[in-house]
Amino acid sequence: MINRESGVYQTTYEGDMALYTLPLARATALAAVALLVLLPLPLWSAGNEHWMSIVNTIVLSAIGAIGLNILVGYTGQISIGHGGFMAAGAYAAAILSSRYDMPFLVGVAAGGVVAMLVGTFFGIPSLRIKGLYLAIATLAAQLIIEWTINHVTWIGGGAQSTIYVQNPTILGVEFDNEFRRYYLLLPFFLLAYFGALNLVRSRVGRAFIAVRDRDIAAEIIGVDIFKYKLLAFAVSSFYAGVAGALYTYYLRIANYEQFTLIVSIQFLAMIIIGGLGSVIGSVLGAIFIKLLPIVLDLTVVGVSENVFGVPYARVADFLANFQLVVFGGLIILFLAIEPQGLARMWFNVKRYFRLWPFSY
Amino acid sequence: MEFFFDLTVNGLLVGLMYALVAVGFVLIYKATSVINFAQGDLVMFAAYGAAVMLGLGWMPLWAVIPVLATGMVALGFVLERGILRPLIGQPVISVIMVTIGLAFVLQGLAAILWKAGTRELPLPVRVEPYVVGGVFISPINVVAAVTAILSLVAFGLFFTRSRFGIAMRAVADDQQASMTVGINVRRVFALSWAIAGIAAAAGGLIWGNMLGVDTFLALVGLKVFPVVILGGLDSILGAIVGGLIVGLVESIAAGYLDPYVGGGTKDFVPYVLMILVLFVRPHGFFGREIIERV
Repeated sequence: MINRESGVYQTTYEGDMALYTLPLARATALAAVALLVLLPLPLWSAGNEHWMSIVNTIVLSAIGAIGLNILVGYTGQISIGHGGFMAAGAYAAAILSSRYDMPFLVGVAAGGVVAMLVGTFFGIPSLRIKGLYLAIATLAAQLIIEWTINHVTWIGGGAQSTIYVQNPTILGVEFDNEFRRYYLLLPFFLLAYFGALNLVRSRVGRAFIAVRDRDIAAEIIGVDIFKYKLLAFAVSSFYAGVAGALYTYYLRIANYEQFTLIVSIQFLAMIIIGGLGSVIGSVLGAIFIKLLPIVLDLTVVGVSENVFGVPYARVADFLANFQLVVFGGLIILFLAIEPQGLARMWFNVKRYFRLWPFSY
Repeated sequence: MEFFFDLTVNGLLVGLMYALVAVGFVLIYKATSVINFAQGDLVMFAAYGAAVMLGLGWMPLWAVIPVLATGMVALGFVLERGILRPLIGQPVISVIMVTIGLAFVLQGLAAILWKAGTRELPLPVRVEPYVVGGVFISPINVVAAVTAILSLVAFGLFFTRSRFGIAMRAVADDQQASMTVGINVRRVFALSWAIAGIAAAAGGLIWGNMLGVDTFLALVGLKVFPVVILGGLDSILGAIVGGLIVGLVESIAAGYLDPYVGGGTKDFVPYVLMILVLFVRPHGFFGREIIERV
């Protein structure tokens, strides 16, 4: 967490190229993973499935947000169609598992691949257009995917465009409560997180960043822009597809309403508030955006019931709209005050403590 | 054949109504290179304002319109000064997100201030349709079409004849160069938001009358994207032509395809058309092609 470089000398290339070069950083990363593994224990002993389900939705959103950040934050291609790509993965998994009895892992993999194909297809316009035009093209992708799910019965499953799936089972273990589902999702999250960290420091990741910073200059130094733009769309929508498929297994239902335009915008808000071009930022943003309505809910209801004596039913309507205002207001505020988001704040804290207590 | 004429005429008229909203969009993009995802919400806000003012019954319509226009101009100024100006020089995604955030704030505020539920926005326009040669034409559509054409002409004159209009075109072309010849770029930015506010007021009156005023009115903004992309983001003529094309295509597609696919074609076909056009002509029919040189 608080990295102290002093006294650390790398003597091998492997050591210098490692994901975490400092022993302390490696230890904190391990500790963080251990903490994540042990996280359900206190909730489990308290029997609190509600908060466990909130943690689970955060984990799912974090996977999607990391994927979107690879595309938007690292490659600089705007996508307002992330929810649509998630929907593609979700329905692919749901169709495979409910109609063809495919196992869980096949469903998740297929969800990722299908979303990847769809995302890459809608990424093709990015070869000729960028910026605002691309934003609107991906918006079109979102709306076209939603329409297709709603109107093609084979994909959407007819009534309400809803497909039910069974609880996922691996090696005879059925994941039938929130605590078990957490352990189902956690490995995917860790894979997504460390996969993204490794991707962005590789040759491919550096190419992404070059395309983002100045595409013409990147092309001149030999980066094949078209290839890497499409690759970014493919990787990002693969993440989206996996997240969508996991969401389907988690809810045991595939429904397009989980993946509407609002959801795409929420994902964009996550990576903006978390920090563009930062993997940890995507996770922080997911936590922030998912907890925000819950915290608002608790405070507004608490204030209205205890201070003004107004029952919940009368503030419910106000609450929904108040959440919209706060959500929009926070996006504006973050962009105006800290455009690099929570990740930057985290970095500032780390930098402050780097030399602490001898900062001079 | 009569069915076809009916669809064509009404599609074109609705298309002009889209163009009316699209003009505000294009104006902001042209001068400030900001794509305003909140234009639909500005329209909704204006419609609410008009409906509330008329609902109070203090003022007749001819007094409401200037008050509404002034209010929207003020809102445009405030938004430009408070939200958009700090973001000059930031990446495109930030600017897009800030207008999306603005859209959420406007939606939530409208619902909190004026409660949910649809309000009526009565205009002194005949409700019964005219029948011309067997084709039904709704009078409000005619009013909208006339307003759209008039505003096109007005904006055209403004951009070619007035000092401010020419200054706005100069800023759109090259901000630095226009600063060196003494154009106040900030004032131009503020002005373009103010004019977009007026366009939203016009759109809000007409759309609010046709659909009724509630927060769903903001969805009109989503319809405008295909319009501006087809026409080209920075062309006012393009907004009109794009509006006509989208209105025509969605009307005909809805008339002939809806029975087979079970509705919803209207919201789908314009976007498919837009994607196809993007593949062939990335800058729309009238948009300025940006050539990048090293």
